[in-house]
Amino acid sequence: MTNTPTGFGRMTRKEDARFVRGRGTYVDDVRLPGTLHAAVLRSPLAHARITAIDTRAAEAHPKVRVVITGAVLADRGLAWMPTLSGDVQAVLATDKVRFQGQEVAFVIADDPYSARDALALVDVDYDPLPPVVDARTALDPDAPVIRDDREGRRDNHIFDWEAGDAAATDRVFAGAAVVVAQDVLYPRVHPAPLETCAVIADHDVVTGKLTVWATTQAPHAHRTLLATITGIPEHRIRVVSPDVGGGFGNKVPIYPAYVCAVAGSMLTGRPVKWTEDRSENLMATTFARDYHMHGEIASTVDGKILALRVRVLADHGAFNGTAQPSKYPAGFFHIVTGSYDLEAAHCSVTGVYTNKAPGGVAYACSFRVAEASFLVERLVDLLALELDVDPAELRMRNLLRPEQFPYTCSTGWEYDSGDYPRALALLLETAGYRELRAEQARRRELGEHLGIGLSFFTEAVGAGPRKHMDIVGLGMADGAELRVHPTGKAVLRISVQSQGQGHETTFAQIVAHELGIGPDDVDVVHGDTDATPFGLGTYGSRSTPVSGAAASMAARKVRERARIVASAMLEVSPDDLEWSPGRWSVRGDPTAGKSITEIAAAAHSDLDLPDGVEGQLDASCVYNPPNLTFPFGAYLCVVEVDPGTGQVVVRRFVAVDDCGVRINPSIVEGQVHGGLADGIGVALMELIAFDPDGNHLGGSFMDYLLPTAVDCPSWELAETVTPSPHHPLGAKGIGECATVGSPAAVVNAVMDALRPFGVRHADMPLTPAAVWRAIQGRPLRGDLAID
Amino acid sequence: MQIAVVVNGEEHVRDVEPRLLLVHFLREDLGLTGTHWGCDTSNCGVCVVHLDGVPVKSCTVLAVMADGREVRTVEGLARGADLDPVQRGFIACHGLQCGFCTPGMLMTARWLLDHDPDPSTEDIRAALSGQLCRCTGYENIVRSVRWAAENGSEAAS
Amino acid sequence: MQVPASFQYRKATSVAHALSLLAEYGPEARVVAGGHSLLPMMKLRLAHPEALVDINDLAELAEIRVEGGALVIGALVRHAELLSSAVAGRHFPILHDAERVIADPIVRNRGTVGGSLCQADPSEDLSAVFAALRAELVVRGLDGERVVAARDFFVGPYETVLADGELLVAIRVPIRPSVSAYVKVDRRAGDWAVGAAAAVLELAGGVVAEVGIGLTALGARKFVAAEAEDHLRAGPPSGERFAEAARIAAAHCAPTADQRGPVDYKRHLAGELVARALRGAVGRAA
Repeated sequence: MTNTPTGFGRMTRKEDARFVRGRGTYVDDVRLPGTLHAAVLRSPLAHARITAIDTRAAEAHPKVRVVITGAVLADRGLAWMPTLSGDVQAVLATDKVRFQGQEVAFVIADDPYSARDALALVDVDYDPLPPVVDARTALDPDAPVIRDDREGRRDNHIFDWEAGDAAATDRVFAGAAVVVAQDVLYPRVHPAPLETCAVIADHDVVTGKLTVWATTQAPHAHRTLLATITGIPEHRIRVVSPDVGGGFGNKVPIYPAYVCAVAGSMLTGRPVKWTEDRSENLMATTFARDYHMHGEIASTVDGKILALRVRVLADHGAFNGTAQPSKYPAGFFHIVTGSYDLEAAHCSVTGVYTNKAPGGVAYACSFRVAEASFLVERLVDLLALELDVDPAELRMRNLLRPEQFPYTCSTGWEYDSGDYPRALALLLETAGYRELRAEQARRRELGEHLGIGLSFFTEAVGAGPRKHMDIVGLGMADGAELRVHPTGKAVLRISVQSQGQGHETTFAQIVAHELGIGPDDVDVVHGDTDATPFGLGTYGSRSTPVSGAAASMAARKVRERARIVASAMLEVSPDDLEWSPGRWSVRGDPTAGKSITEIAAAAHSDLDLPDGVEGQLDASCVYNPPNLTFPFGAYLCVVEVDPGTGQVVVRRFVAVDDCGVRINPSIVEGQVHGGLADGIGVALMELIAFDPDGNHLGGSFMDYLLPTAVDCPSWELAETVTPSPHHPLGAKGIGECATVGSPAAVVNAVMDALRPFGVRHADMPLTPAAVWRAIQGRPLRGDLAID
Repeated sequence: MQIAVVVNGEEHVRDVEPRLLLVHFLREDLGLTGTHWGCDTSNCGVCVVHLDGVPVKSCTVLAVMADGREVRTVEGLARGADLDPVQRGFIACHGLQCGFCTPGMLMTARWLLDHDPDPSTEDIRAALSGQLCRCTGYENIVRSVRWAAENGSEAAS
Repeated sequence: MQVPASFQYRKATSVAHALSLLAEYGPEARVVAGGHSLLPMMKLRLAHPEALVDINDLAELAEIRVEGGALVIGALVRHAELLSSAVAGRHFPILHDAERVIADPIVRNRGTVGGSLCQADPSEDLSAVFAALRAELVVRGLDGERVVAARDFFVGPYETVLADGELLVAIRVPIRPSVSAYVKVDRRAGDWAVGAAAAVLELAGGVVAEVGIGLTALGARKFVAAEAEDHLRAGPPSGERFAEAARIAAAHCAPTADQRGPVDYKRHLAGELVARALRGAVGRAA
């Protein structure tokens, strides 16, 4: 790869120079003088009443400064905090513990080892209560009520939500020749970024200023929330998110320990640092999925898909802490119609409380598009099985056609653009689909079990239009500020925060593209609320669709300002100037022109400008997207299954992605690679299950398995480019596409391999045991302990 | 107890608790924060450093075990401004995203190339199989190590 | 981050010194070598030794050599060293089969053969392998040395016959002509075994003169499928007899359910993997 002189294309990343030297700065690397260190005492039980907490022995530890309990916080009105879904969550438990791993006390000591030691000295008396472990029993009349903290609550019901036309859907189903139904569990998994969550709270008693260093994907939203929770005026709070070691949605919410660290700093007058361990990360921070789905698909006898009907039971854990736009309690799940032209569709979702950690919307799911896409792609494969039609052929017959865009689906989304058949055709060609099927037939003769799985997905990213989309009342628009210095070098300040996406490079390329200067002449500032404009942050693949558009529009404003300045320099009318990269010149006389660098100098000089025109070139933009963008893709996975052991080996994975215009193709491909590995992990090994007592069975990387380099094949990528018609750059966003689209391809491949055994479906993760049991006709249930 | 450890060629003498983990000794006592920790259970490999020339997971080695030995960390890979070929490979092939696993990956890659200057992609995957990456899907990491094999026959010196 | 509770730490300079340190600190002292089993347990505060005796400097325990008709593997030999030992692989390819799938390359650089055996984790691979090989474990105490058959070394999960103050110093594997293989099923590269089987066959005149069958993580007493061995001994190494031995092994093991799999699957695996290991071993005879 070589650095291109300007604009879009492959270039090496600006941030890598520090990372390869070990010079990144993650929160745990930040050293503030006088820092104290904290550890969190957590509940060993899933459901219990707290009858007493004795902190005296811990407080007597020579290195312990303060022990904070729920009672201490309650005195300050901090024992409970709002969640991102209109619920409240205990900061430190006061009445009951509601999941194993819940925060009970916060110990602050001189050093982290002593803080850990002192946890054992806090004595908590629990009165155990029966836990709700199986979401399917959460609404039973005799189920223990988890949220008795909420007045008048007598059950574990959170919400009912639906989309689409139920009556019309029922009518189509009633008249359909073929109906296929399946229960599908998308089990609880975890984003598990390699850097765990961490915070340093530093409250200055003299100035009243609170500085919070935190692993956050949304520093501005965290500042506003911290102001709301703590009562500290928002202008006296600075949130700094330095380098972030992966997020994937895990670092969107504010966690109880962050609030405790703030309280601790206010109590001690010293910076308080807390870094969670891996078990805490896996057991207590935001999980993902946990959707118990029942899907039905209706078609004609010749395979024209007619309708989709879906019921979901959503396990939200003990507090409703999902992070999604307020009006969408099930996120964007109603994109479950997928990539197909349906007459009708209806989905309904019921959310319930269980005695498990809160969360649900995370792990690159694009607000539940992951669950939706997985379900519809399983159903299409089951329909193909029922009709005995090739699954590629069935998809090709039913995909939306290019002329149908913009397309409004049965549940209300308006897809912006796409050429789906082209992507699928490219996939089949790239993979050598026909040859693969021939190989499969040959090997079946030999008793070998090759499986070929397809998926086609439509993503919905770039949330979103502020008229429809907000999180805790904050509209999902993002700002960008572009300053051009007198020498023509630029600084772009953005509201979104990279967790590895390479914003320092991609956003510099956007400005470079718009202004015709080199990306190395643009510095990107992010992650510090004192230095950047407001915005909602990076998740839901929204950085390029929203903030990228803001950067582009700000740069175009700069360009227009430059035009005025150039017209004054050249003493011609602005209308007589034309733009070429980096330069305004007189129409018809390219030699008479001024470069951006010359214009920037002039804009800061004593040059006479027309009346009403300010000096300098700086500009800003708050971008309110008119619609989501809808990237899409077609994936194919080839597996080999050993029916004697149930082991699955992924031989090939071919991915065609269309995310519109690609700003830096290398970065796009890298994001796809990562998401494909997620698909291997989720489909084959990642799982958080609970035993009957509510004990978490995935609390370390010994139990929560992530794919390694030998579990992943060498990814084969191809692309189509269908620009978004409404995004200024035609870009659509890519971050979560592969995580959303790939699990179905893997599972479909395994099911394809098991077809000779009469297996229709098995739930993820397809571990050796799960595959073998599926072959025996006794599938394992993934959300509960294996007995 | 007092220990003397040579880290990246420089001897450090410190008084430490026996229970201090090597990763914390490097990060907290010496300020070498390029070595990260990520899992506590020796599964993720973001803490890999060389101990007497052999890659180990420093979250599962006591600092006192390094007494009298040599440690090399990511900060010791480059020679001044000259990056090691594995560092250049990771930049050239987009072998990192969030950067958190990168130091450990680099240290193992360096060791691999020291012992096998021309590893196959399968060899590379196997060598790195004790280290997790959540961003790259490993593809570009493998390409980065191959790049280093092809473009830098020996470590920066 | 997780950190261990405080403990005292002494570095042994010789086996005799290690033994005297163990005596000095008493039953609450633990030997530490690679530390990859013990330190995570201490970080989780599931193990609380008052003192650690570090044997990493005991070069005398770090050798692999052939001596007195046996392959002698020092207790401090790292997994990576056993994996790269040509002499070990030549005599007992099963050792390389197993080492290749133990944890991951970085852990293998540090973890030791002796440490694995002394941990006696039911999912640990080498216990079944050395039991199948009928290895002898050399144990030294202040009163002198004793030799324990690998099959008698394991008392139960995480429990061995090592007495307080004793140190495992070496594993001796008698060298006799044999074929061997180790087959493991895991959920992911580097994971503990869902189940695994070890097979060692001494073939003479078209007959199985002696056989060792080990099982990992499948609830076999002392890691051995003794009844299956009895079935095979003194008969021809035929596919039918292997299948019957596999059935017997499955019937006699007592696996427990966990997140790696239910009992019926693990019992099935016992049979499946015993058959594969036997076939794999015999396949090496060619």
